[in-house]
Amino acid sequence: MKPAVLTGEHFITGDIACAEGALAAGCRFFAGYPITPATEIAEHMAKRLPDVNGVFIQMEDEIAAMAAVLGASCAGAKSMTATSGPGFSLMMENLGLGICTETPCVVVNVQRAGPSTGLPTLCAQGDMMQARWGSHGHYEIIALAPSSPQELFFQTITAFNLSETYRIPVLIMADEVTGHLSERVVIPDASRIKLKTRPRPRGRKDRFKPFHPDLNGVSPMAHAGEGYTVHVTGLTHDERGYPAMTAEAQAEMMSRLTGKIRRNLDKIVMVDEYRLDDAEIALISYGISARSSLAAVDEAREQGIRAGLLRLVTVWPFPEEHIRRLAAKVKSLITVELNLGQIYLEVQRCAAGAAPVFLVGHAGGTVITPEQILQQVRTASGFHRQ
Amino acid sequence: MSGSTSKHPLDFIIRTERIPHIWCPGCGIGTAFSSCLIAMQTSGIDLTKTAMVSGIGCSGRGAGYVKLDSYHTTHGRAIPFATGMKLANPELNVVVFSGDGDLFAIGGNHFIHAARRNVDITVICVNNFNYGMTGGQAAATTPNSAKTPTTPLGNPEQPFNLPLLAYASGATYIARWTMLHTRDLTKSIEEALQRRGFSFIEVLAPCPTGYGRRNRQKPIESLRLYQERAIVKNGAHPAEVVLDFDQGITLGNFVDVDRPTFTEAYDKICRPGSSG
Repeated sequence: MKPAVLTGEHFITGDIACAEGALAAGCRFFAGYPITPATEIAEHMAKRLPDVNGVFIQMEDEIAAMAAVLGASCAGAKSMTATSGPGFSLMMENLGLGICTETPCVVVNVQRAGPSTGLPTLCAQGDMMQARWGSHGHYEIIALAPSSPQELFFQTITAFNLSETYRIPVLIMADEVTGHLSERVVIPDASRIKLKTRPRPRGRKDRFKPFHPDLNGVSPMAHAGEGYTVHVTGLTHDERGYPAMTAEAQAEMMSRLTGKIRRNLDKIVMVDEYRLDDAEIALISYGISARSSLAAVDEAREQGIRAGLLRLVTVWPFPEEHIRRLAAKVKSLITVELNLGQIYLEVQRCAAGAAPVFLVGHAGGTVITPEQILQQVRTASGFHRQ
Repeated sequence: MSGSTSKHPLDFIIRTERIPHIWCPGCGIGTAFSSCLIAMQTSGIDLTKTAMVSGIGCSGRGAGYVKLDSYHTTHGRAIPFATGMKLANPELNVVVFSGDGDLFAIGGNHFIHAARRNVDITVICVNNFNYGMTGGQAAATTPNSAKTPTTPLGNPEQPFNLPLLAYASGATYIARWTMLHTRDLTKSIEEALQRRGFSFIEVLAPCPTGYGRRNRQKPIESLRLYQERAIVKNGAHPAEVVLDFDQGITLGNFVDVDRPTFTEAYDKICRPGSSG
């Protein structure tokens, strides 16, 4: 039996790195359903969870997988599922339940090209807006975008930590290439991995109000079987957790659900900046497309064009302030993503005319090459010289 | 005066501050719910280690009234939610209390798979033959030719035989009663709570507001039918049980067998080194 944290150097795929990250983060329950290109995460969890006395279950569909993940979390386990587009669509229903009931969990979407069955074995980043708004109603969500197997390992730990801290489902928006890419992954010593756990109730059980928020807007979470007799519902509820069918109760609950994220943006939003200090042209990208962008920046610099990259590590909540500051500083922004312009529109919204925004993107099926990006960089650069 | 001061014997397990409940006069859910609560008490299970999970619908409101850890989930998904809960903490007693529309139409797939896996949970289905909360539309349990707002000329479909479905799927404890047969029902739920494995109890209950008024079943007439048409046949093969308001309604404890639960099988096959 192997330990939870496989300290050492490995040559593994992103999917396996993701599963190992989950185990290192303390995940002890996985419910899933086979789907390309995320299946390897489930397979690896099926093999590895028994090592750490965890449970793996293959459910009848992704609806059930997401429901089981929430049930397990309410029983006290750090829990997770992994899927791709079609399964992600099915998970949207219970993702909303997780948001409304503030149930921590991690959902991985190894994106493939859609719509519908699309290109099951080929990459895309077409589910970014679904990640933001895919479940009905208005809400805040946290979504991360990994660019490499190594980052998938660490981001999965971060995803669990954010999910536990803010009691919210956290999405990892990977893609087929990152999931299937084999690279060096270094797993640190267990003592060097910082883990967070959900806030827990203290004090008298009969006075406990399960949705009364602490100072940072997050309520302590009691698990089933601990004697707190909690009631948890997807209906609009008050701080006792009881259904409350009024506009006032809705406003209060929504302000808590959105406020705990909006008030902590500085702790949640993460970006990577590369050669941006003197940049005239800023690329904005995430996931696998950010790696092509990185190469394009270096190539542009060699050709004398001052380019830089803002890589979105957290895609949701959107790094609005970073984009605003950047738009005020550079001559143009180029969004690089494997879709026909989803984050591009967000960048436009935040740039608000301070700088022109261009898109390098296509409908998916293959990665964007550095050359394709470079071409747009050169065009933009010429555009400024005119 | 005694009405406002005397305590109901089930007050200890009810969120009394949430009463009055939403159930209509003449509705059978409350009686089925009381049976469930009494059985929880008499079965001797540890109530602090007991959770109730419901889906959506009138019966799905059960979780909102019970003073236990209670989870009111999404439509049809109570069983997979309960599955995750039970697997993550096998010490919990997990009871699913929900309706026929929730468990057998939108949630039908989850039901058969949880029974197949023999997840150690107890599922109580209040079958009122229609979607009560949305106004009485046809369900997967609505009798053929019955009138509902979505079958205004009569239901062209055939209903499920729920005990047979549970049996074919692998449930290890299966019973059917009506809410009129309170003692038998309570006894069955008590047994189901004490059994390991996937237990299923169907409770027939009138819905005068939704089903009854369109199908000439006033509340008292439903109860009379439950009494007059009942054929109590413990041990009957689920393929032979009938549910026909004209011919007869087979009631009883039909199946009570033992086979390894999901967690037992998982421990044996996947984690032989574990303490479980």
